[in-house]
Amino acid sequence: MALLDIDNLSVTFDTDDGPVYAVSELSLSIDRGQTLGIVGESGSGKSQTAFAIMGLLAGNGRTAGSVRFDGQELLTASKKQMNALRAHRIAMIFQDPMTSLNPYMRISDQMAEVLTLHQGMSKRDAVAEATHMLDAVRIPSAAERIRLFPHEFSGGMRQRVMIAMSLLCKPDLLIADEPTTALDVTVQAQIMNLLADLQREFDMATILITHDLGVVAGFCERVTVMYGSRVMEEGPTDPLFAKPTHPYTLGLLGAVPRIDDEDAQMTAIVGNPPNMADPPSGCPFHPRCDFAGDDCLTMPPLEPFAEGRARACRRPVEKIAP
Amino acid sequence: MVSTTEQRTATQVGPRKGRSPWADARRRFLRNKAAMGGLILLLFVAAFALFGDVLAQYSNEELDYMVMGQIVELGGPSIASGHYFGTDDLGRDLYARTVQGTQISLAVGVVGALIAVIVGTIYGATAGYVGGRTDSIMMRLVDIFMAVPYMFVLILLLVMYGRSITILFVGVGLISWMEMARIVRGQTLSLKGREFIEAAQATGVAAPVIIARHIVPNLLGVIAVYTTLLVPLMILTESFISFLGLGVQEPMTSLGALISEGAGTIAYGTTWQLGFPLLFFVLTLFGFFFVGDGLRDALDPKDR
Amino acid sequence: MLTYILKRIAIAIPTLLVLIVVSYVLMYMAPGGPFTSERELPPQVLANLNAKYGLDQPLWRQIATYVWNIVTDFDFGPSFVYKDRSVNEIIAQGFPITLTYGVLSFLLAVIVGVSLGVAAAVRHNSALDYAAVGVSIGAQVLPNFVMAPILVLVFTLWLGWLPGGGWQGPEYWILPVIALSTSFMASIARITRSSMLEVLTQNHIRTARAKGLPERRIILRHALKPAMLPVISYLGPAFVGMITGSVVVDIYFSTGGIGKAFVDSALNRDYAVMMGVTILMGTLTILFNLIVDILYGWIDPKIRF
Repeated sequence: MALLDIDNLSVTFDTDDGPVYAVSELSLSIDRGQTLGIVGESGSGKSQTAFAIMGLLAGNGRTAGSVRFDGQELLTASKKQMNALRAHRIAMIFQDPMTSLNPYMRISDQMAEVLTLHQGMSKRDAVAEATHMLDAVRIPSAAERIRLFPHEFSGGMRQRVMIAMSLLCKPDLLIADEPTTALDVTVQAQIMNLLADLQREFDMATILITHDLGVVAGFCERVTVMYGSRVMEEGPTDPLFAKPTHPYTLGLLGAVPRIDDEDAQMTAIVGNPPNMADPPSGCPFHPRCDFAGDDCLTMPPLEPFAEGRARACRRPVEKIAP
Repeated sequence: MVSTTEQRTATQVGPRKGRSPWADARRRFLRNKAAMGGLILLLFVAAFALFGDVLAQYSNEELDYMVMGQIVELGGPSIASGHYFGTDDLGRDLYARTVQGTQISLAVGVVGALIAVIVGTIYGATAGYVGGRTDSIMMRLVDIFMAVPYMFVLILLLVMYGRSITILFVGVGLISWMEMARIVRGQTLSLKGREFIEAAQATGVAAPVIIARHIVPNLLGVIAVYTTLLVPLMILTESFISFLGLGVQEPMTSLGALISEGAGTIAYGTTWQLGFPLLFFVLTLFGFFFVGDGLRDALDPKDR
Repeated sequence: MLTYILKRIAIAIPTLLVLIVVSYVLMYMAPGGPFTSERELPPQVLANLNAKYGLDQPLWRQIATYVWNIVTDFDFGPSFVYKDRSVNEIIAQGFPITLTYGVLSFLLAVIVGVSLGVAAAVRHNSALDYAAVGVSIGAQVLPNFVMAPILVLVFTLWLGWLPGGGWQGPEYWILPVIALSTSFMASIARITRSSMLEVLTQNHIRTARAKGLPERRIILRHALKPAMLPVISYLGPAFVGMITGSVVVDIYFSTGGIGKAFVDSALNRDYAVMMGVTILMGTLTILFNLIVDILYGWIDPKIRF
């Protein structure tokens, strides 16, 4: 049984201007110790998928379908049941380390409360354990710096604190939502290396949400590509990047500058992402797709087509390309 | 989900009519029910103050000897006697007096707010534009001024220099400019870095001209909002002082003075003497607060 | 933290001096002077009076003496109207009363206002929220001088439950305290609600949720402190407003606090008492602002260092 099994998940937000479809009929699963990347442009629904798993959707969000964690249904779980899982078995790291820590509390208090709450530790033991964890994320002189407030740390250091805090209870599943987007490029690499090391060390399943394909390539075993609230293509990272078959994946890869191939032209996808309050009918990518035809006006199902790979496209690239 | 609205404007193709920010604000304001309600209230109160005298059967000064001495029995509100709002304790027509009180209160409110806004805008724009040491000294002074209980100083002024209505008008305004100065300074600071200001500086336009021609017009939205919100505060201040008997002097009156008189006589059962002035006082304040809030929401949509 | 407090004190002291000097200069420049009220005094009597109260000295010297007496002995000098009473005596008589209902009103406004605001924010868009918003909008137009007569009308004249004036025991405190605190309570509730709503949308609250903390702990431990910052900034103006409002309470409820002394002296042109009360109130305000600043620094670690 997979650790996390998402089946047919939809997330809709009720707004004054009508419903906004954030996630549509999404299915995916992840096993213990596995790493999965969810890739897409902003607004593609990847972050809302994470929030739906955590039960952290905004108040006007509605869900349908099923999210099972270790056999337990999360979408209908009570607040109490969710709180017992959060940080304890499913932890999350957020995009913006500058604002994700509470600026008015010492790091020690923010970290210790996770352990006192979930593991019933005394305050003293909890702080000691938290200090260990800060050591583990390679924060120098952790014993002193744990007494500080968030604003006394740099962005990269704060993200390390966030990571340490999320790992305190050694969760089975870690969801990292754009963990390096807000950081400098050099710091990004450090944080991703750290995450990769810790993922191996703790052997936890990890979902990495990002728009940065380079980050995914170095970190994830499997990738799910999302566009306009839907899964476009999924599969093991290397073959998917080597031979993309969905026109959108191809476009996405074309938009990544490559250093190793000087001749390759960098191409951007023409147009803008869809407005999810009024999504295009059928495949959400068809208005921007070079290969689209009339049959794209109905949504194609996500179908397996090779070993471990699946795509939702009637006009995949391999059929057209010479 | 924050980005969906941006995306929508991006996906809309075809010609779009350019809408000025002011037109946008007007549309938002007109759609705001509370603000429109407030506007109607204000129009009603203003009409009452300006044209209420037309309906009055008595002047605000003449004593009605028919009801004198028997105010409780005869002085109540009645259409037949012509005292629509009843009479005050001396037998003067409360309708005519409420009209006059509303006039004075509105005048003090508007004039006081204008004085506060003018002083505050000039002070704040100068401090923000000049910046540096001047700015920090000017704003430190504002900090000092703000820590003073002004009502006492104003009363001190009124007592020492005579209870004239001019001092009241000016004094009420002069004790309220500091908040305005702070707001204007903050806005000026953010405007100062913008290209069009730098362009004006580069072409050698003098600082006072830049402030007057480029800074202040761009602050009009903020100024409009705070003027509207200041007027009721000015009315409150004036009413407070008049309630203590230290403000507007007889035979003139204001809503605060009328409330004071009415409050002093409720024990005799002449509730209308409190009720009618209070009603207009409350309507006026509500009107200004709602319109001010509506303006703020309309001009500063991120606030919602 | 210490430098921060010292800096604040360094602002407070000149503020106080400015207040004293400005009040004194205003009095000095006033047309007539304190003794030229109703009837014309013979020049010799006037000169004697001025000499007795030190008003014949040069201005700087008068101010220096005045400030010196305040600083060294907290002595505001003699009353200009009552021959054998000092300003200190007049103030001392009313001050405990003002302090009693002032402190009660302040605590009531803060405690009820904050609780109401937090409850409304936590139950956003519920009936409780709408009720809280409605009440606080309504109370905006009910300042103390409007509340006072309405309360007396309802609770004294119609219902006969509570005394409408005097100061003879705790039941006499109720109406003054309610009259004085209502509008501030409403403002505090409104500020608390909107700032709490804003804090609850911030990223660090989402982090707290992701940590599996119970809602109660999120509100009390994570959201309340930052949500209090705008409320704390409002406490200074609220304090000034209450001090000012105490004048109305003293007049309308005959409570006998220093507000009465102030208005009486205003009507009698007793400049000495007026200035004494003004300076005392100013001092209290400045002290209170100092406490507020320190409280602010205590909550916000970015200011503290």
